[in-house]
Amino acid sequence: MHIWGREKDMLLEAKNISVSYGAVKAIEDVTFKVNDGEIVAMIGPNGAGKSTALKAVFGMVDIQSGDILFNRESIKDLRPDEHVSKGISLVPEGRRLFPSMTVIENLEMGAFLREGNNGKADIENILELFPALKDKRRQKAGVLSTGEQQMLALGRALIQKPKLLLADEPSLGLSPSYVDTIFEKLIAINKSGTSVLLVEQNARMALEIAHRGYVFKIGQIFLEDTGKNLLESEEVKKAFLGG
Amino acid sequence: MEYLLHILIISGIYIILTLSLNLILGYTGLPALGHIAFACVGAYTSSLLALNFGVSPWIGLLIGACLASLLGLIIGFPSMRLKGDYLALATFGFGVIVYSVSKNWVDLTRGPMGLPGIPKFIVFGFELQPVWAYLILVTAFVAVTAFIINRIVNSPFGRILRSIRDDEVASLSIGTNINKYKLTVFVIGAFFAGIAGSLYAHYITFIDPSSFTVMESIAVLLMVVFGGMGNIKGSFIGALILVIFPEMLRFLGMPSSIAAPLRQMIYGLLLIILMIKRPQGIIGEYRFK
Ligand SMILES: Nc1ncnc2c1ncn2[C@@H]1O[C@H](COP(=O)(O)OP(=O)(O)O)[C@@H](O)[C@H]1O
Ligand SMILES: [Mg+2]
Repeated sequence: MHIWGREKDMLLEAKNISVSYGAVKAIEDVTFKVNDGEIVAMIGPNGAGKSTALKAVFGMVDIQSGDILFNRESIKDLRPDEHVSKGISLVPEGRRLFPSMTVIENLEMGAFLREGNNGKADIENILELFPALKDKRRQKAGVLSTGEQQMLALGRALIQKPKLLLADEPSLGLSPSYVDTIFEKLIAINKSGTSVLLVEQNARMALEIAHRGYVFKIGQIFLEDTGKNLLESEEVKKAFLGG
Repeated sequence: MEYLLHILIISGIYIILTLSLNLILGYTGLPALGHIAFACVGAYTSSLLALNFGVSPWIGLLIGACLASLLGLIIGFPSMRLKGDYLALATFGFGVIVYSVSKNWVDLTRGPMGLPGIPKFIVFGFELQPVWAYLILVTAFVAVTAFIINRIVNSPFGRILRSIRDDEVASLSIGTNINKYKLTVFVIGAFFAGIAGSLYAHYITFIDPSSFTVMESIAVLLMVVFGGMGNIKGSFIGALILVIFPEMLRFLGMPSSIAAPLRQMIYGLLLIILMIKRPQGIIGEYRFK
């Protein structure tokens, strides 16, 4: 019983985190959160530190200060593989498939290290979600088109049944029709109960589908608001939406 | 005839070395340039145990392989932090260190004077004196090594190794504990290389540091690359061809004072040609990035 009512459940909370690569400060004192059920977008110019923030959440880079909580439990000292078992999956920047393996094998790899996966049925579910991959199931991932590769990268993360999906620029380098497909899929994934933290160059589309958004500028967050408000903000319009 | 059997025994020992390096280099994609150091540890361990304490070569072989594994674990550590060329240089450095120790720790290894009179294996109370008998022993070891490595690379564990080789970031993102796997392949690879070293020592009955120079690591690397990275048959082909081919120089009447350096030059040349013409090797599926 919550006497004061209850805020939406906080799934992820990054509090005042800083990351450096050697002498280069990539992000400094950055704070953001993802509530259960949300799509949260991170936008901002190249080199602003969006990918670094995502990598910090996934444990791929060490944070120098601050803390990261997932379901109110600190995850900042966990290895990436431990994040996966906690329910956080990453679609890395540039897709990063296993080119020498087939579509099916790539999906299997995603399911491999997760306990309680039920192999074939899970793979079929993913193929239902991305019908374009169905006919290519025996092809090597290396020969797929960029758009198909992105679907596969997304599928490989989803087969892990994450509670939180981290996606780093999933629309980068895709033809417009595939960009649309990717965003549709992200909405569908979210509707089915997965929260999404999305880093995007394509600020307009990202903010359109996002419940909330953060705008990065040289290593810091300088704006945060609902997706709708950010779309209408003069600053965002000028900087990212072409006027 | 005896000479032919001898060449086959040496080939077999190199096949074990090549298979074990293939696990590290070909299947996991870790450029390791100090592989002969593991053989060095295996060879010296079982030789010294036999010479100084009368330990049976069988037990020495096992202890040597375990010590080599331990060294593999140590060499594996930089592989967690270093990538590509840097890892290659670090493992190269390890190879140089182990070689230097074998050469300069004279009290233990007798340094450049080497260790003569290493006893042979004893089977059912008989010393493995005849060359054909030793060939059978080496062949058995080759078969076991190939069987085990083949099992490893075709298991789910092996699939994860391939994923690390294909793309480390991708492998991380699907939840691989990459460091654990890297250390494990170094430990396993070193184990078999240690066995190869021991087999060599108890066959030739004399070892000195010159058998374990960095050049030998390069030769084994070349065998892996030549036959094909990430391919078991390739390791057989690579080792057989690169052991037997230089031996044929002798039949052309080349004295060994010329044949030995010529072997190295042939290897160097082959490496260059291979990188230009066929980086995936004869039947490999993977090439250097
Ligand atoms: N591996 C790295 N080593 C050194 N500097 C890096 C590395 N990755 C990113 N950086 C630097 O950190 C800053 C933030 O980069 P990044 O997080 O990739 O930004 P974004 O994803 O917003 O484009 C940039 O200045 C970039 O050059
Ligand atoms: Mg980025």
